Amino acid sequence: MEPRIIGTSVPRKEGRDKVTGAARYVDDISFPGMIHGLTVRSPAPRGRIVNMHFDSGIPWPDFTIVTAKDIPGKNCVMLLIDDQPALADGFVNHPEEPVLLLAHPDKYLLEEARRAVRIEIEPSAGVFTIADSLARREIIWGLDNIFKSFRVEKGDVDSAWSSAAFIVEGEYETGAQEQLYIEPQGIIAQAGPAEGVTVWGSLQCPYYVHKALLPLFGLPKDRIRIVQTETGGGFGGKEEYPSMIAAHAALLAWKSGKPVKMIYDRAEDMVATTKRHPSRTIHRTGVTRDGKLLAMEIDFTIDGGAYQTLSPVVLSRGTIHAAGPYECPNVRIKSRAIATNAPPHGAFRGFGAPQSVFALERHLDRIAHVIGLSPEELRRRNFIRKGQTLAVHQVVREQVDLAGLMDRAFELCEYHAKRERFTHENLHAFVKRGIGFASFLHGAGFTGSGEEYLASEAALEVTCEGRVRVFAGSTEMGQGTNTVFSQIAAETLGLGCDQIEIAQPDTARVPNSGPTVASRTTMIVGKLVETSARAVQKSLLDSGLLKSNYTPAEFNAACAAYINVHGPLQSLTKYQHPCDLHWDDERYQGDAYGAYAWAVYVAEVSVDTRTAEVHVDDFVAVQEVGKVINPILAAGQIEGGVAQGIGFALYENCVWQQGRMINGQMTNYIMPTSMDIPPIRVFFEEIPYERGPAGAKGIGELPLDGTAPAIANAIAQATGADIRRIPITPEVLLEILESVHV
Amino acid sequence: MRSYIPSYELVAPRDLAAALQKMATEPGPWKPFAGGTDLMVLLEAGKLPHRKFLSLYNLRELRGIEITHDQVMIGALTTYTEIRRHETLAREFPLLARAAAETGSIATQNRGTLGGNVANASPAADSPPALLVYEAELELVSSATSRWLPYRAFWSGYKQIALRPDELIRRIRLPRPSNANHWRQYYRKVGTRRAQAISKVCFAAAARIDFQRMAEVRIALGSVAPTVFRAAETERILQGESPTPALLRAAQETLAAEIAPIDDIRSTARYRRRITQHLLAEFFAMLSA
Amino acid sequence: MSEPAGKISVHCTVNGRALILETYPMARLLDVLREQARLTGTKEGCGEGECGACAIEIDGALVNSCLVPALQAEGTKIRTIEGVATENQLHGVQQAFLTHGGAQCGICTPGMILAAINLLARNPHPTDSEIREGLAGNLCRCTGYTKILASVVEACRAAQQATEPRP
Repeated sequence: MEPRIIGTSVPRKEGRDKVTGAARYVDDISFPGMIHGLTVRSPAPRGRIVNMHFDSGIPWPDFTIVTAKDIPGKNCVMLLIDDQPALADGFVNHPEEPVLLLAHPDKYLLEEARRAVRIEIEPSAGVFTIADSLARREIIWGLDNIFKSFRVEKGDVDSAWSSAAFIVEGEYETGAQEQLYIEPQGIIAQAGPAEGVTVWGSLQCPYYVHKALLPLFGLPKDRIRIVQTETGGGFGGKEEYPSMIAAHAALLAWKSGKPVKMIYDRAEDMVATTKRHPSRTIHRTGVTRDGKLLAMEIDFTIDGGAYQTLSPVVLSRGTIHAAGPYECPNVRIKSRAIATNAPPHGAFRGFGAPQSVFALERHLDRIAHVIGLSPEELRRRNFIRKGQTLAVHQVVREQVDLAGLMDRAFELCEYHAKRERFTHENLHAFVKRGIGFASFLHGAGFTGSGEEYLASEAALEVTCEGRVRVFAGSTEMGQGTNTVFSQIAAETLGLGCDQIEIAQPDTARVPNSGPTVASRTTMIVGKLVETSARAVQKSLLDSGLLKSNYTPAEFNAACAAYINVHGPLQSLTKYQHPCDLHWDDERYQGDAYGAYAWAVYVAEVSVDTRTAEVHVDDFVAVQEVGKVINPILAAGQIEGGVAQGIGFALYENCVWQQGRMINGQMTNYIMPTSMDIPPIRVFFEEIPYERGPAGAKGIGELPLDGTAPAIANAIAQATGADIRRIPITPEVLLEILESVHV
Repeated sequence: MRSYIPSYELVAPRDLAAALQKMATEPGPWKPFAGGTDLMVLLEAGKLPHRKFLSLYNLRELRGIEITHDQVMIGALTTYTEIRRHETLAREFPLLARAAAETGSIATQNRGTLGGNVANASPAADSPPALLVYEAELELVSSATSRWLPYRAFWSGYKQIALRPDELIRRIRLPRPSNANHWRQYYRKVGTRRAQAISKVCFAAAARIDFQRMAEVRIALGSVAPTVFRAAETERILQGESPTPALLRAAQETLAAEIAPIDDIRSTARYRRRITQHLLAEFFAMLSA
Repeated sequence: MSEPAGKISVHCTVNGRALILETYPMARLLDVLREQARLTGTKEGCGEGECGACAIEIDGALVNSCLVPALQAEGTKIRTIEGVATENQLHGVQQAFLTHGGAQCGICTPGMILAAINLLARNPHPTDSEIREGLAGNLCRCTGYTKILASVVEACRAAQQATEPRP
């Protein structure tokens, strides 16, 4: 049967509130008696806390002051492990580490108080680069500064070098990137021994915050409640850090007995919260005379900052994506996440993959150059096909046609004609133009056995008026969860989207659907919604109160009758891991992801050689993502991701000094404006994925992977510059251009 | 908001005389506050040490653009929006119109004022290089005096300006060119992105071409020294000459020696120096075209 | 701590309603609108005039309310996002943003919509580059601006259609 609602651009569920200004974000909410909280942070990157001075002139008795000693339970922000304290106790490990909390009803006075607290630190030597951390210049975490390492082995790399006609090596780096959601982080908390802890906030993962607050307060699960308010963008930045702010707001609320609001200003958000992990990748690749990949040795390192947080998981995804969508018989990937004395780096859309994919796609263009093939032909000779195995030994079972995606992308942007024309025109032009591409894949859902461990749940309930309510822990932060879930439920139940309600994510009301991350919400949780809807429909049909081919009115009547006879009409679905997906955590092999999105992106750039400024003039993004549920929302995801990728490639440069970001203002950390973004032309191939809801796969992170390398390859084509590092700022590019044209 | 807002005074004098009177009787404590697009940013960051301000925004005497046969008078409170939309300015002073259009965003242009930009004395401001090329003069007024000062003489160092504590900038005067079509004009701001950017190099220049020679030439630069300034040495080399490749190379050397760029969070000294030289080449190319 | 200045009364018209706001003269208009007038549709994204999330109209001009001290609002007419739609009718630009995907997370949306309306009031038929320039002071991290530009184009088209005489 043709879908009625899936595949149509139903308007955003909460869109009306957003365009009228009625949507309520955390800073728009206020409670009676509410006071304001703030964080006093470490001025030094590493050292012993010697003293905390409270200058005179501030009415200190009117303030609520919290230090590590006030924590009722364990001083940690629990995530994978418990190494990160909620408040530094005696020792700091990075600049801006939270040391002390203040609360007061007067926001203005609170600022005066912030300036009147001085944290005195006896400094210790710190480590600020990947190289220094690996060299163990100082041991700052564990025994060896290493949070986690992985090793992937396929075939026999060591024996393969001798038969390679060419061996190409290269080292690549990517910088830290700020998520820069336009709504800064914020939380409101209410807490007390009697009522427990309740938190409202701008966050992606209510159950992560829940898990973090349990040991901090030592309370039972049902005494901690987390509610997501309208969230103004996340992109990974509100995956783990809200647990820290929630901990702080809740501690202040616990001590003061009043609701406490903590809203970060942009300056604090920039210097204190997570960024994309900086990375270094070293490639050594053996290629046959006819351009077949023979051996790939990849060494991938990410800088995790001062505490472990999510670095092992980011490393995992970056590692698995490091060898790309290519068939190569012999692969070795060694990877590690290391510690430095910077604020912890964390989740950012793409989650490790944009880093390793940048390195690979630049490296392949360089290989093509060395062996005298076109970049395109090198890819075509090595694209993975159905039945072949990826680096982690995963046999590709789905239909995949990267060559077809490439054909389509190249046709849409007139790749061949432009490449030839630019080469010719560039000879005498100050503004040189180039066109480049990247081909890549992105796995949807948690890696390996992750989904099995998560065992997510989602539920659906129907009222006697026939209103359908979806209960899921998945959050809406702009990407379209509410709308997509409505479409899935409406399609399954044969209703209109207006009849579907999405319950506000609230750990007291919704089941744990796992975190809203990893391009998993539509594909994994959407499927749970679809299954729950089907179960409810089946109950109605089996009861005889509803016959097939029903109208919405008949559905409503049947719901009333059913509830009258049988009681509540609801269904909860728990994730069942497909029995043919296997993952071996020890050997890091197997079915890394249930499904992949596949893509070829092409960027066209112009480079003004007088100023070394780069502008992206056109961008074509072709991808296969399974069934597209909402074309406008899906295209919006890709366009937004490409824009972030353009920022990652060209503009967004964190300037560090001793572990502290020193350009933490929007004026000096440059994200693209509407004048810096080209037309972004998005095209979907749709091959339904049998396990996704209505055939959908995940798409959220995909666009971050291929955008930066496509741009870097285009710049290389335009100028001959051998790009090894992003962001490619004009300052960096000028130096490369001058070294090329000496 | 990192400042203690209750400690800041802001009062709105009813007219210019009242404002100047207040500054005369208590010289020092009262500082002018125009559109706020710079001062409010400092306030937000907790970096506005001064506490007492006079809001000038509603003083009519400081508004308006007046044209006479030989000059243009721009009131200090003229906004960037008013400048970029003004037909005479766009025609005769295109570098200034262009600078106004490239300053901040539409919202900033609606609020920010030329006088405020001049008084703020940022070496990275976009309009001052254009004003220097046009040999602007400033009218500085106090309750007792009024004087005209060439804009070139306004600075004495980084953020150091020749404005007495009891003085305000009232107007900015630009002499109208008698032979506008003999002048070739060039402006390029190299910023951090295409809009809403702070400049890394700002290059404004004009040359009057007479029989293929630069009969007069003016070059002003922003973001490459502690102040915006006229590149006098380079101008001297170019004066009276034809824009040849050999002259360009010599002038690029001189220009590189004349500027004093620094490394900061937006760019590097090396980049700024090289780009300044390249923009001189682009200016030359325009003259020869 | 310095001696506090007194509060002042600021008389202004907000979305057609006359208001008297009691506040410090240097308080940001953004905070006064949000906290005293309870108009929370105006958002704070950066506090330094860079992102445009706090954009409002003062006497018909688009400005960033984080950069306007309350005192300078005296005697002005202000419009915020709450003053754009009528009782039950969205403005054409709001409708276009809703239909064409111009809003994702929604935090830049109020300022973006006001910037678009302000642009169309000055220039009812802007080119693509004029739209891009008109919105360049409003940063959006979700959309890559593509659907925002499409929404503005669509709003122009709809407005033109509405004013054309029917055949």
